[in-house]
Amino acid sequence: MEKLLEVNNMHVSFDTYGGEVKAVRGVSFDLNKGETLAIVGESGSGKSVTTKALMQLIPKPPGRIKEGEILFEGRDLTKMSEKQMQKIRGKEMAMIFQDPMTSLNPTMKVGNQIMEGLIKHQKMDRAQARKRVVELLDLVGIPDPESRLKQYPHQFSGGMRQRVVVAIALACNPKLLIADEPTTALDVTIQAQILELMKDIQKKTDSATIFITHDLGVVANVADRVAVMYAGKIVEIGTVDDIFYNPKHPYTWGLLGSMPSLDSADEELYAIPGSPPDLLDPPKGDAFAPRNEYAMQIDLEQEPPMFKVSETHYAATWLLHENAPNMEPPASIKKRMEGMAKSSSSNEKGDRI
Amino acid sequence: MDNHKPSKELFVPVERQENEGEKIARPSLSFWQDSFMRLRKNVGAMIGLATLIILILMAIFGPYMNQYGEFEQDLGRAKMPPKVEGLGWLGMDGTLSATMSGATVEQATTNANMRFNNDEEFIKTSVVSDGSNGEPAQVKAVYDVYAAKDMNDQSFWFGTDGLGRDLWTRTWKGTRISLYIALLAAAIDMVIGVAYGGISAYYGGRVDNYMQRIIEILMGIPNLVVVILMILILEPGIISITIALTITGWISMARIVRGQILKLKNQEFVLASRTLGAPDNRILRKHLVPNVTGLIVINTMFTIPSAIFFEAFLSFIGLGLPTPIASLGTLIDDGFKSLQIYPHILLFPAIVISLIMIAFNVLADGLRDAFDPKMRE
Amino acid sequence: MTRYILQRLGYMIITMFLIATFTFFLMKFLPGTPLSAADKLSEEQQAVVLEKYGLDDPVPVQYFNYIVNLTQGDLGISFQFDNREVTTIILERIGPSMTIGVQAMIVGTILGMLLGLVSAIYHNGFLDYGSTFIAVLGKSIPSFVFAGILQYYVGVKLGWFPVALWGTWQHTIMPTIALAIFPLAIAARFMRTEMLEVLGSDYITTARAKGVNKFGVVFKHGLRNALIPLVTVLGPLAIGLVTGTLVIENIFAVPGIGEQFVKAINTNDFPIIMGTTLLIAFLFIFIILVIDLLYGVIDPRIRLAEGE
Repeated sequence: MEKLLEVNNMHVSFDTYGGEVKAVRGVSFDLNKGETLAIVGESGSGKSVTTKALMQLIPKPPGRIKEGEILFEGRDLTKMSEKQMQKIRGKEMAMIFQDPMTSLNPTMKVGNQIMEGLIKHQKMDRAQARKRVVELLDLVGIPDPESRLKQYPHQFSGGMRQRVVVAIALACNPKLLIADEPTTALDVTIQAQILELMKDIQKKTDSATIFITHDLGVVANVADRVAVMYAGKIVEIGTVDDIFYNPKHPYTWGLLGSMPSLDSADEELYAIPGSPPDLLDPPKGDAFAPRNEYAMQIDLEQEPPMFKVSETHYAATWLLHENAPNMEPPASIKKRMEGMAKSSSSNEKGDRI
Repeated sequence: MDNHKPSKELFVPVERQENEGEKIARPSLSFWQDSFMRLRKNVGAMIGLATLIILILMAIFGPYMNQYGEFEQDLGRAKMPPKVEGLGWLGMDGTLSATMSGATVEQATTNANMRFNNDEEFIKTSVVSDGSNGEPAQVKAVYDVYAAKDMNDQSFWFGTDGLGRDLWTRTWKGTRISLYIALLAAAIDMVIGVAYGGISAYYGGRVDNYMQRIIEILMGIPNLVVVILMILILEPGIISITIALTITGWISMARIVRGQILKLKNQEFVLASRTLGAPDNRILRKHLVPNVTGLIVINTMFTIPSAIFFEAFLSFIGLGLPTPIASLGTLIDDGFKSLQIYPHILLFPAIVISLIMIAFNVLADGLRDAFDPKMRE
Repeated sequence: MTRYILQRLGYMIITMFLIATFTFFLMKFLPGTPLSAADKLSEEQQAVVLEKYGLDDPVPVQYFNYIVNLTQGDLGISFQFDNREVTTIILERIGPSMTIGVQAMIVGTILGMLLGLVSAIYHNGFLDYGSTFIAVLGKSIPSFVFAGILQYYVGVKLGWFPVALWGTWQHTIMPTIALAIFPLAIAARFMRTEMLEVLGSDYITTARAKGVNKFGVVFKHGLRNALIPLVTVLGPLAIGLVTGTLVIENIFAVPGIGEQFVKAINTNDFPIIMGTTLLIAFLFIFIILVIDLLYGVIDPRIRLAEGE
């Protein structure tokens, strides 16, 4: 497998009146061509900032990439000028945003918004671009594309707008597609449609995808690998199977435990107590320790490094240290995980060919 | 990856403190504390506030700081330039100067002397350019007015006007009147506007409907026209100008208050409070009033400078306060009559009115930013 | 759309009628007739004068005649200038007022918008602080004070432009600048706020994610969206200009409506006061109508809502 993207020890901070907010604190991961990586985590865990940083879309100031490198096909994006980035954005990497109600320009016709990238990157003339727009609208499932492209965004429903946003992202066949919670702002039924669309597109194109979500159900559905983020760090990363069948980090346990499943109707959902730390002043040691019922003395004093579980699976928790007592996730969560593993694996087999 | 070698003892479970995870790391601040903190950080607004305090103090105490009265006329000391001991370098040395040109240096000097009635004893001339470069020669004459009038023992800090009245006293008296009119008008606007808007929004339904129709009709009438017509009928005076300003001035306040209350009335936190059985009185006191207060303060802060402007504007079109009362408007209007030769008559009231307007606007902007929850970090 | 315009025009006529009625009866309360200018007339002469102005009729008849004449564009005869029709006087003087008013509006809003744009693009930079400072001064300093500064320093001391009066194009420069400073300041502040808000919105991020460059982001995506709300302040700005002309014309002795109006106030020339008042009221209402229609043209969301 060829590596498309490699992120090494990326730190992103925002300078505010209150001080430096360390939104992303040393994130490393890589992505192969055609692969889908899901990044999951609570609000404020740094998922969106991470991906905005990939596209260099962090508003500077107040934001800045403090250190680390983003290697996209071997080129370090953090060292690129704004001009160079403009040639990459939309052409080689594209982004789908969260809220279709606000991510389209209200005073510009939908067709023109899709065309913009084509004209800029592929040097098409308007007639060619128009043809491609009709194709794209057709691809994302918008009926009657010829007349729809002359309309304004307010004439589209939320789901249709999100399809337009997807079309904009796909316009130039990007090598990397970043979807920032593409279904969060939509109704449940529309969510399913957009997810189907995303999966469909994954099949038809060979774009690698980074899929940001806080919905683990979505993850099982679309991703090859999963990265779990907490307080600006990746705490566990592995294949979907690793994360769902064999999670190692207590935070991942918590996330999985808080996800309702049909098998466990009689059980209480597990809730992770407390709220994420203030990134203006991150706590010493493991940021998750105050909310972690398995916390050890060392968690309060030292940050855990990444431990390797298998070739594909890494987790940052002291529980994996040789000296750590053998801790098992609580029985209820364990059972729930097993149940979920069963259902999602059967699901998996049904879905994938 | 495992390159740390932490000691074994550390790998013991810790007792989790019950509430540690729930702790909110930042101190909690009330709305007003938070707003005030942000206002204090706004340098511009604080400068504005300081300027206003100084100007208000001067409006109160300024007139008593010298021995000249507001209406003390003496044509013998008319149009004296400003003179402040020790501030000569600012041009406030009690002299008038003019640069005159002529074909030759002598011609120019004669012209320069003539400019000040050939009172040569007190005129110092200096040659600016002797005309050797082909252009007319220029001579600057400096005329020591205080010496010429044998009044070296006196000093009018802002000079005197055409009737010999001390401009220092009149400027601060005028500031006082202008501020008085503006504050009174703003207060009346506030009371009527808040009451009207509040009633209209709170009762809603038919009451609101009728009250809004009235406002719509009033809105269609340009306030400039109303103010002018009112003054024409009422005869200019402090009270009539105030009334004229308030007759349409309250409308914007009423609309803002109504809009805000209507918005708040249906918001979840008010509904929640109502669901919990809070009486009207409590909802009004705890939810509506605190959330509207900020807007009322901001709007009032913008009303005051516009009232000051309108008062001055009325003086300008001949509908201002009757003589001899001084207001910033009448003083500026007077100043224009002799602007070309005696700019000082216009200068000081103009500076004061500009400072007041800038200070109020900057402070109001600062308040708006401070009260705007959107700006909260 | 047509129906909407017609409806608005209907409202406009009603408002004008109310204002005309209001003005008429207010004037009836006021002391002063054409006679006060020349009170040494015999009773017969007085009667002649009163008849000339129609003042011998009972008030309801006077009112009726006034309204009828008004619909024909006849505003009556000036008290001050014998036998001169108010309509003629106003028409003669509308040119200079329009010249400086329109010039100031164009110069002020365009420069203001540019200033606001620069502010927003270089947010929190040196240029932003500079233009914010200019905007605060422009908004705060009364136009007549600014006019005084201009007249004294640029006109008297530097002698670059004529100090006052009317004639050549140069005469229009200083009144235009003095008038333009207020719309400039307001437009700059508004543009800055709107543009900052627009530049922070999601669709701008979408545009940037497409690879659109800074120029495209600001002008192609940002400007139009920032302009929509700006249109709403154009009305108050234009109205502010009408107010401004009243004093500016006096300071620079421009022979326009404003100057005539102030003269009329000082000589109790009621027909002219009434005529000018109606004209100002008409301008106000007309401007607001035009702005509302313009709003529909510029914002596709509104345009469509009207069309449906």
